[in-house]
Amino acid sequence: MMNYSSRPPEDPAVRAQDLTVVRGARTVLRGLDFTVPRGQVTGLLGPSGCGKSTLMRAVVGTQAKVTGALDVLGRPAGHPALRTRIGYVTQAPSVYDDLTVRQNLDYFAAILRPGSASADRRQDVERVLTDVDLTPHADALAGALSGGQRSRVSLAVALLGTPELLVLDEPTVGLDPVLRRDLWRLFHTLAAERGATLLISSHVMDEAERCHRLLLMRAGEILADDTPDALRTRTGSETVEAAFLHLVDAANAAGSTGRTGRTKETTR
Amino acid sequence: MSTPHPATVTPAPTGALNLSRTTATAARVLRQLRHDPRTVALMLLVPCLMLLLLRYVFDGSPRTFDNIGASLLGIFPLITMFLVTSIATLRERTSGTLERLLAMPLGKGDLIAGYALAFGALAIVQSTLATGLAVWFLGLDVTGSPWLLLLVALLDALLGTALGLFVSAFAASEFQAVQFMPAVIFPQLLLCGLFTPRDAMHPVLEGVSDVLPMSYAVDGMNEVLRHTDMTAAFVRDVLIVAGCALLVLGLGAATLRRRTA
Repeated sequence: MMNYSSRPPEDPAVRAQDLTVVRGARTVLRGLDFTVPRGQVTGLLGPSGCGKSTLMRAVVGTQAKVTGALDVLGRPAGHPALRTRIGYVTQAPSVYDDLTVRQNLDYFAAILRPGSASADRRQDVERVLTDVDLTPHADALAGALSGGQRSRVSLAVALLGTPELLVLDEPTVGLDPVLRRDLWRLFHTLAAERGATLLISSHVMDEAERCHRLLLMRAGEILADDTPDALRTRTGSETVEAAFLHLVDAANAAGSTGRTGRTKETTR
Repeated sequence: MSTPHPATVTPAPTGALNLSRTTATAARVLRQLRHDPRTVALMLLVPCLMLLLLRYVFDGSPRTFDNIGASLLGIFPLITMFLVTSIATLRERTSGTLERLLAMPLGKGDLIAGYALAFGALAIVQSTLATGLAVWFLGLDVTGSPWLLLLVALLDALLGTALGLFVSAFAASEFQAVQFMPAVIFPQLLLCGLFTPRDAMHPVLEGVSDVLPMSYAVDGMNEVLRHTDMTAAFVRDVLIVAGCALLVLGLGAATLRRRTA
């Protein structure tokens, strides 16, 4: 289908067909079709409450009541074999506040790779500490760190074991501009040098410009699935933010003239 | 550095118990406790202080102290471990670490066994202190072996851990978790034979006490108190407590869901 990168055409990291998720009485995701290409940074953008987190939880396999087809790294989402191959960061940092940063990482590394030698695991822990720039704080209690530092601990846990797919739910919220820039650099390094696929959600539109591809979401539907450049060109907008607003207005207009249950989906 | 994808890294089975994941979890739980010395001190010292208090409350009737003291040696570990486990696992659920762990290749059994192992170790220390104090310093008159008291205390701790784990699934906040203690523990406390022999209760209550596990914990303690050897009744009590603990641990495992709404 779409093959923007120079990589050999291979299975996408994530392929969803008619993906629907119901939470309680509410349909949070409405029959989504999309793919996430391998080895790239795909941004998942949309306003708060539009279903970004639910989509990510479905990909990771922690979301209940998922219907439709959802393949992740060639297996159905949630398959046990995927548990070592996906790194997942929830919106709120999920680490133990009453352990030090290093103790947190040591524990999760032991869960991830129980068989490997402790020297290997230690090396892995040092590597991810360097990745998120927390080596100086390695022996501080996670609960004593600032909010931004704690979310980086959470990110470091997800980087353990060099996962093929990283699913990051708003990893840069509350971080200062310098840190945000550094993290985005790290994300691109992970994709370029380690061949990782990244699916990163954000509701900050300026981060969209830094992604290879974008999935724009609104109210449980995907408004657009394209590159930032193509989006701007297609909508004649200066920024991705303007492009998004353009698409929202168009969708609203289409909605008022005869309710089409599904919004347009664009691959090109 | 570019690492080739180790796509074929041991797809370690997650259903069965994995020893190193279990011990890593137990070590992690103990490490968390080490950062919280006040909780540890309270867990270890409060039972000793209560026994000390009780000894002098029943200063004039040492027989009563023997009965109640032995029963309490079984009840303390159950209550402490119940409280600690229910709060600890609730925190694990609300902090998102449980979701993270279950998205990783951690078996539910590994997590539960890890908790049971860590709190079991703590229970051994607690029970050793309490039993030692009661038997050697407060003159608790035990006919049987103090080791058997310790065994029952340990199984009670395991039962407490199991109940706490199970109950935490139904608590949405720490407030609710703490309220489960009067709901789950107090009825057992009233009916277990601590205040009055079970066969002297209203037949309906006696019937109820027959199906509550704490009754057998207290019965077991009293068997050790009165008999020199392991009696058949003692073996039965111990098996019932252990069986209940395993059953509830299994139920607790069923409340851990990899997929949640």
